[in-house]
Amino acid sequence: MASLLNNPTVRGIAFQIVFVLVLGWLVWDIIDNTARNLQKANIAAGYGFLDRTAGFGIIQRMIDYTEASSYGRALLVGLLNTLVVAGLGIVFATILGFIVGVARLSSNWLISRTATAFVEILRNIPLLLQLFFWYFVVLRNLPGMRERMTLIHGIDLNIGGLHVPRLVPGEGLWLVAAAIPAAIAATAFVTNWGHERQDRTGDRPPIGTINLALIIGLPVVAFFIAGRPLGVDFPVFNETGPLLRRGFQAGTGLTIIPEFIGLLLALSLYTATYIAEVVRSGIQAVSKGQTEAAHSLGLRAGPTLRLVVLPQAMRIIIPPLTNQYLNLTKNSSLAVAIAYPDLVAVGGTVLNQTGQAVEIVSIWMLFYLGLSVLTSAVMGYFNKRAALIER
Amino acid sequence: MNAPANSFVRNALIEPQAAPRNTVGITGWMRQNLFSSPLNGVMTVLILAFIVWMVTPFIRFTLVNAVWEGADRSACATATGACWAYVKAYLPQFVYGRYPAAERWRVDIVFLLLVVGLVPMLIPRVPYKRLNALFLIGVFPIVAFILLTGGHVRLAGNLIPSSLMAPSPLRFAVQYAIIAALIIGGLALFAKLAERPVKGSGTTASIILGYIAVVLFLVSLDFGLVPVETANWGGLLVTLVVAITGMVAALPLGILLALGRRSNMPVVKLASTIFIEVWRGVPLITVLFMASVMLPLFLPDGVTFDKLLRALIGVALFQAAYMAETIRGGLQAIPRGQYEGAMALGLGYWQMMRQIVLPQALRISIPGIVGSFISLFKDTTLVIIIGLYDFLGQIQASANDAKWASPVTGLTGYIFAAMVFWAFCFAMSRYAAFTERRLDRGRR
Repeated sequence: MASLLNNPTVRGIAFQIVFVLVLGWLVWDIIDNTARNLQKANIAAGYGFLDRTAGFGIIQRMIDYTEASSYGRALLVGLLNTLVVAGLGIVFATILGFIVGVARLSSNWLISRTATAFVEILRNIPLLLQLFFWYFVVLRNLPGMRERMTLIHGIDLNIGGLHVPRLVPGEGLWLVAAAIPAAIAATAFVTNWGHERQDRTGDRPPIGTINLALIIGLPVVAFFIAGRPLGVDFPVFNETGPLLRRGFQAGTGLTIIPEFIGLLLALSLYTATYIAEVVRSGIQAVSKGQTEAAHSLGLRAGPTLRLVVLPQAMRIIIPPLTNQYLNLTKNSSLAVAIAYPDLVAVGGTVLNQTGQAVEIVSIWMLFYLGLSVLTSAVMGYFNKRAALIER
Repeated sequence: MNAPANSFVRNALIEPQAAPRNTVGITGWMRQNLFSSPLNGVMTVLILAFIVWMVTPFIRFTLVNAVWEGADRSACATATGACWAYVKAYLPQFVYGRYPAAERWRVDIVFLLLVVGLVPMLIPRVPYKRLNALFLIGVFPIVAFILLTGGHVRLAGNLIPSSLMAPSPLRFAVQYAIIAALIIGGLALFAKLAERPVKGSGTTASIILGYIAVVLFLVSLDFGLVPVETANWGGLLVTLVVAITGMVAALPLGILLALGRRSNMPVVKLASTIFIEVWRGVPLITVLFMASVMLPLFLPDGVTFDKLLRALIGVALFQAAYMAETIRGGLQAIPRGQYEGAMALGLGYWQMMRQIVLPQALRISIPGIVGSFISLFKDTTLVIIIGLYDFLGQIQASANDAKWASPVTGLTGYIFAAMVFWAFCFAMSRYAAFTERRLDRGRR
């Protein structure tokens, strides 16, 4: 008996059995309590409520949605809104973050100090506070609905949001759409050819320029061949006429709601500071000898950064960068504080109307967990490609 | 060896010459750091213009045109600068929320005790770290709880049927004694069966059980303090309570999860990994929603938690997952030799962790833990969304107060909030950087 109790394997198994029993009891207790509480509150468990009519409006929708649509449709609208704001936020945050991160290492004292100040100020202020600032202070104090503030011709700002021209797809647009993947495929071919040629002759063809020309040129050529199948719908602004008719005419142009702009600004700026730090530490981790060797080969500062330092720094940058992308996506749920209809905000409304707490929370969790699993998988693939192949 | 007659041989050193004027002094510095190339020069001028364009209105708003004195909104109604008079008038609310004015001395004592306990803890040179930590983790939370809520928790117990014993503190005490005896007895039985002394575990269990008994006794005592409901708490008090309780509760849980994730037992490892990844994968807002709408569903009849406690549970579990990953990083940085050395000495798992591995791992994790605390501190603002008034929430709410409503009130409040949060977070991040440098030096 004693030897059995002192045997590590036996003790390990015994402990795990006890662990599972306790955990199982806890889970069972929670499920039991929940079932009883739901029964008491007269709420039917299950996802049946998704087919019922939602009855509330959503101010920004990528797909058709009316008050008569179902709860499921409303949640889908919210999900797409989350993806749009997170996707654009990632693009802006990455661009700004890389610029600031490189600027922090600039030899120009003023540039590096300004970049440092930007990072140190913005990342030490809560995101929610920044969001409130952009939304309640900046965007709420713009000119009223009957006025406008013109940024560039055709792009105006007022309290109703950002009014931009809308692109109207015409017939034959598929040709342009098809030209884009064709151009991308062609660039792969050109890159391959360029590398081969460089290996063979030592001559380095201007791959970058050719690729850029392909990516821009091919769709443009396709656009003209198809007979310019893309109209532009400018927002119409009525300056005269009855007072109620003044301002931007509904249904013209594209209106980007202020909630979206506020959230996008706050998310991009806040995440950019973190990305800047990731980029800076990644670049600093590349040994100084690499820069010096590049300089002694005669490369200037720009090409050194682009061809020697950044490709090596990317290996270090990618994993924490992925984390920041996920953080941005998760932080986009702050939308609920300014009533931008993202998945969490719409879900909150549905939850209040139906009381289906368990189901709504499970949908949230499934979405965010799925997204983080997917992102880690994609980034893991890139990371593997960028990782150092050691013999 | 004779030099030609017309040659010149210097036989004294040249007087040292001043460096070229454009490489020294302020001009030299500027040439080198601001105008090293035409492009750099243009950038410098552009950035300078940008800074002036940004900073001038800010200074004009916060200092030059600011209103410093005033009794109500008329002082700021036409102001073009910050309305500091409003901040002055609302400062007590920003700090205490709706905590009764007559009882605010209790909050002050808690703040004071926190500073007294925390400052010597953070300065590496001050001795008695162990006692200090004991005070911060063991004594301070109890004192703070009693002072802030008023104590006098009514414990009744619910295991022994009411027919045998009426619900009373006595019934609770009897129950507690029975459970404690069962645990100690179980340990003794194990010692008997395994034929080995378990003096260490026995002592540890007794100390923990005794400590819990003392804590329960103290919080159930009536100190004559007026009870203050958590619904009346607000402002900086709530921010600090959420952040610090979340942290203190998350630390032990995080350590257990980190150990669990590195455990050899597949079931424990799987459970820890799932727990950590699920909490880290979802946004804090959904966790707070879950805590506020789902937690009540999980509880049996008759048990209710107030809003603050629900938020605290959500925040603590969320934070524990992040803490676990930080500590896991520390655990992974401990060389294998340390584990092997401990095992070679014949230490058991818990002895090895407690005496050898964790002290080292926690020490390396300090910068990460502080960093994690900074994010938690910033994230406490999210409790607004489930209807708690933290520092930012209190400011947001007061800006719409009719007594002070003016076009500049909102912005003033946000600037004030930003300055306070910034000061806290910046100080903490400097501290994290300081400990990191110190660790680096120690290891070299």
